[in-house]
Amino acid sequence: MTREIAVVAFAQTDHRQSMAELSEVEMLMPVLHEVLDRTGLKTADIDFTCSGSSDYLAGRAFSFTLALDGVGAWPPISESHVEMDGAWALYEAWVKLRTGDADTALVYSYGKSTPGPLRDVLTRQLDPYYVAPLWPDSVALAALQAQALIDAGDTDEPALAAVGARSRGADSAGQGDYVVRPLRTGDCPPVGDGAAAVILAAGERARELCERPAWIRGIDHRIEAHALGVRDLTDSPSTRLAAEKAGLFQQPVDTAELHAPFSSQEVVLRKALGLDDSVRVNPSGGALVANPVMAAGLIRVGEAAARIHRGESDRALAHATSGPCLQQNLVAVLEGDAR
Amino acid sequence: MPEVLTAPLVVEFPFTRSLGPVQSAFLTGLRERAVLGVRTADGRTLVPPVEYDPVTAEEIRDLVHVGVTGTVTTWAWNHAPRRGQPLDTPFAWVLVRLDGADTALLHALDAPGPEAVHTGMRVRVRWAEERSGAITDIACFEPDDGDESQVTVHAGEFEDPVAGIVAAARLDYTYSPGRAQTAFITALADRKLVGERCPSCHKVYVPPRGACPTCGLATSEQVEVGPCGTVTTFCIVNIKAKNLDIEVPYVYAHIALDGADLALHGRIGGIPYDQVRMGLRVEAVWTDGTRYPDHYRPTGEPDADYDTYKELL
Ligand SMILES: [Zn+2]
Repeated sequence: MTREIAVVAFAQTDHRQSMAELSEVEMLMPVLHEVLDRTGLKTADIDFTCSGSSDYLAGRAFSFTLALDGVGAWPPISESHVEMDGAWALYEAWVKLRTGDADTALVYSYGKSTPGPLRDVLTRQLDPYYVAPLWPDSVALAALQAQALIDAGDTDEPALAAVGARSRGADSAGQGDYVVRPLRTGDCPPVGDGAAAVILAAGERARELCERPAWIRGIDHRIEAHALGVRDLTDSPSTRLAAEKAGLFQQPVDTAELHAPFSSQEVVLRKALGLDDSVRVNPSGGALVANPVMAAGLIRVGEAAARIHRGESDRALAHATSGPCLQQNLVAVLEGDAR
Repeated sequence: MPEVLTAPLVVEFPFTRSLGPVQSAFLTGLRERAVLGVRTADGRTLVPPVEYDPVTAEEIRDLVHVGVTGTVTTWAWNHAPRRGQPLDTPFAWVLVRLDGADTALLHALDAPGPEAVHTGMRVRVRWAEERSGAITDIACFEPDDGDESQVTVHAGEFEDPVAGIVAAARLDYTYSPGRAQTAFITALADRKLVGERCPSCHKVYVPPRGACPTCGLATSEQVEVGPCGTVTTFCIVNIKAKNLDIEVPYVYAHIALDGADLALHGRIGGIPYDQVRMGLRVEAVWTDGTRYPDHYRPTGEPDADYDTYKELL
């Protein structure tokens, strides 16, 4: 039997500042309370909990176990964790609901990017034999991709500046100096701390909890070869394949929340997904406005769902990425009931 | 509220990684100033080589000797090199397709400035003076105007092949314990042990972490606990820890401080190790120069009744 699964609530922190004064659980807890309040559910009503985070951001092993204090994990709950962006935790929860093992799920993720040197920290996810010993930082790898796009004629520096300006709701004059050429400050995501949470529910339960649930019509994730030199950096076949499997190309969408931490990556994603100007891209501002690592992808799903909840969208695409140069990609298609 | 505490936190790890036959041949080749690729069933040559075809997932083992010159396929100008990167002067990150290869290798290009770099430019390997069998045996690339270098089939056999690498890494963090633990540590400076009470179930947690794990609620009401408490359970440590100036055997125990609803752990002193028991009443012992109890010693009170601490085991 196919069960319909929906995002019924979403909450996130104000990401625009460092939250050094708070521990991870202290940062996360208000978001958990807010998302539960939106549905009237209590911790004990949640059938399955799944989270995403990374020890490398905190510099401590098993850091996610402390965050569980904020969930209320006693008496014991059904719980799981992915060492990835929370969008992948959402995927796991979706599978759990599809199997019928649970009717409701809490998905959360968080990241404090400010305690460590984020550009260097992210090098530790690279191939440890051929790449990581060179310490190519996250901006450098994105810059290689940006130059490949410029050489291919897919974009140029003014067009990239316009992406950054549109995301921030500012003019492109404030694009800043080069960080790693051709990427400027305005092409790169801010480094910040934050958390996000969503609640999923199945079938009638979703209708009880939310006036207009954001039904997940399809969700899929795919990965590229890990060697950068094997890939065509100007394209994202994994995003396109995930989108095809999620049913994106069956009907147009009105909104797309793209997880593009760098302006150049929005160019790649628009091309891979065949998005034209009729689609509203990143009305939230996207990852160029707030990029709490490990939560920014889940936030794309949450922002897309929230627009459906508010009646501002009927069919929306949410995309999340992880790894260098859009290595891993997740696509979800969300729909509201006809009005 | 006291200002939140911070401290430097250095994470260093020298991972020792073993190599498979293909990676071993490639890295040993670099040590011998040769670049090897691997040829797939459909005739593509992958450099750097991998053990499995990224398209078909078939195992691949056919090693090919490719050129030490190649062509830049994309680049990025790095005006501010970071720790650990190949050059400490401004350089270009490059993907280079070596002559004879179908894929590109990531490395650094030494060039005078961004105007001297373009996609399609010809470059050549600059070898490191001392080579050990690692990707850093290529010091960097440098501009090259010469002819394409020779490409030949290679058996990939070397004397004394490299079997592994040590991948050293260091990351420097600024650790902050957050609001609740800052309050706990600050109180320790006054030789006070302070927990926090849950507003819902009223349990007192020490050390506090800011949340009640049962209720999932923020804790904030501070409660002074101890300095006396009860041993709820313990173990006898027989192995001397490195850099620790405590004679073995000694006892490490869970101690339920008076007023606390969670046991913390500490060392028991002032009593022979084989006389420590559940229910033993102890008190915190502070020594000069430390910001936390050095150990806990018996108070001399009668043992606590089991029922008074069984919930805290
Ligand atoms: Zn409680």
